[in-house]
Amino acid sequence: MDRDGILAENLQKRFGDVVALAGVDFAAPTGTVLGLLGPNGAGKTTAVRILTTILRADGGRAEVLGIPVDREPQAVRERIGLAGQYAAVDENLTGHENLRLMGLLTHLSEAAARRRADELLATFDLVDAARRPVRTYSGGMRRRLDVAAALVHRPPVLFLDEPTTGLDPGSRTDLWGVIAQLVSEGTTVLLTTQYLEEADRLADNIVVIDHGRVIARGTASELKATVGATIIEIDLADPANAQRARSALATHGLCDVDTDGHTVELKVKDGSHAAVEVVRTLDSEGLDPVSLTLREPTLDDVFLALTGHVAEGPPSGDGSAGARERRGAA
Amino acid sequence: MTVTAVTIPIDRPRRSALGWAVSDTKAITWRNLVTLRRTPQLLVFSTIQPVIFVLMFRYVFGGAIQIPGVDYVNYLMPGIFAQTVTFGAIQTGIGLAEDLHKGLIERFRSLPMARSAVLAGRTLADLARNVFVVALMLAVGYAVGFRVETGVLGLLAGVAVILLFGFSLTWIFAIIGLSAPNAETAQAASFPVLAPLVFVSSAFVAIDTMPGWMQPFAEYQPVSVAVDAVRSLMLGGQFHDPARVVGSLAWSVGIVAVFAPLAVARYRRTA
Repeated sequence: MDRDGILAENLQKRFGDVVALAGVDFAAPTGTVLGLLGPNGAGKTTAVRILTTILRADGGRAEVLGIPVDREPQAVRERIGLAGQYAAVDENLTGHENLRLMGLLTHLSEAAARRRADELLATFDLVDAARRPVRTYSGGMRRRLDVAAALVHRPPVLFLDEPTTGLDPGSRTDLWGVIAQLVSEGTTVLLTTQYLEEADRLADNIVVIDHGRVIARGTASELKATVGATIIEIDLADPANAQRARSALATHGLCDVDTDGHTVELKVKDGSHAAVEVVRTLDSEGLDPVSLTLREPTLDDVFLALTGHVAEGPPSGDGSAGARERRGAA
Repeated sequence: MTVTAVTIPIDRPRRSALGWAVSDTKAITWRNLVTLRRTPQLLVFSTIQPVIFVLMFRYVFGGAIQIPGVDYVNYLMPGIFAQTVTFGAIQTGIGLAEDLHKGLIERFRSLPMARSAVLAGRTLADLARNVFVVALMLAVGYAVGFRVETGVLGLLAGVAVILLFGFSLTWIFAIIGLSAPNAETAQAASFPVLAPLVFVSSAFVAIDTMPGWMQPFAEYQPVSVAVDAVRSLMLGGQFHDPARVVGSLAWSVGIVAVFAPLAVARYRRTA
């Protein structure tokens, strides 16, 4: 089946004078993960809200499993699961009640809804808290319940809008495992994230958007290759030396002094060969580096190269702050 | 963590669109009633204020208010019932504003559930809450000397009129709740609408004691009509006035007919 699980073509949306999406294209073949990357306000959430029938696009095409989102929203809703940027679960219901409610509202039978709630509570390690109101849950537990709620009716297409924001590293790895398994079973996933590591780990394809436009696309390794094969980091202990090293090394590749002022970052094609050259050059200049590190570029480097700014960290604070920000800026 | 295979067939009952709308509404109503039970402070707040009003008007102001031919406490309680359900309707707006703000409505909108269920489930849960609150106020009224003069049928008919009136108001406040940026604003925006309706009415004093320019509004606005209808049904005698009963039913049906579609339209637009 070569039908795409998720398809966006020339997707456009504006809110008053603000252009949220200025014609965005992406596709996720069935059974793959598409990572949507971009800073806050880039348009990621707007794209998700259009594809999940919450918002109508001003123009362009949006399809889920070949079904047009604007013309057959009900058919789309039966096939998708959505976990939001913040935990949209009912504080006053228990974990079990929340999942049961989702089951009923996705039109499972009462018995199936209960059974599914039990299964998912076990999957997400929430059995002990199953009968407690959600207001007693930690942030990580809520987030897990939120993702579980998106899976109740076993949707073949899953939208995860920053699913691991605010999760501790252990829970994050666990959730990655769950997502990877769902994908291995044929689920199509659209994942928005600010964690480049997350996209690197999970996404088959990555689309980077900024200011409502796609600014790069490809696999994680393709994107990294655009930066350069290897990054050499040279710590020279003081800014004056760093500047000297920078001018000396500029002929070897793209060269930058880091924000801390004493580390030089050099992006090169052939890592080990270049490293020898770098050491020779530094030696002939009489510069003695504190450390010299070779590393593969991360998606952070890609992001920096593409947008001119560092990917923002996870938004701090609780879900309600996120909600407000989202309504205003999405 | 492991996930059970996606291939397990899901047991989905078959129902008509209307059947699903009913079952979705039941699920949302259940959820709202559980919330109400788990946050008793909501109920306490919505009942303490009317109890204070009963005590104040019965024992503090009541002595100064003369209504010929009737014990003031009998005159007062139908006004209290109307006041209780009117102020209680704010809770509908607050509840919806909270669901909206917390992202729950966003999730509901991505589900294959009936569009009408979120609002219907909210207003029905608030109707159930009003049943409880009105029963409580009847008990409080009884304790301070209120007596129904027309028997059980009059009592039940009066309660039905007041519950229907309360239900119709929840649709107005649903719109306020869906339009407000947060629960606090929903509450603040509601009060200025409610205060004149409740106090410039026949709830606590006779309308002919008010300035002449105020009387036409006080006479025909829905709270006065509901209060007079309940007096007619529960007290009879000099208050017997079938036109006010019909008038109150007309107000309630009319409010639902206008504001329910507006609220649903508002819900569809709310993103």
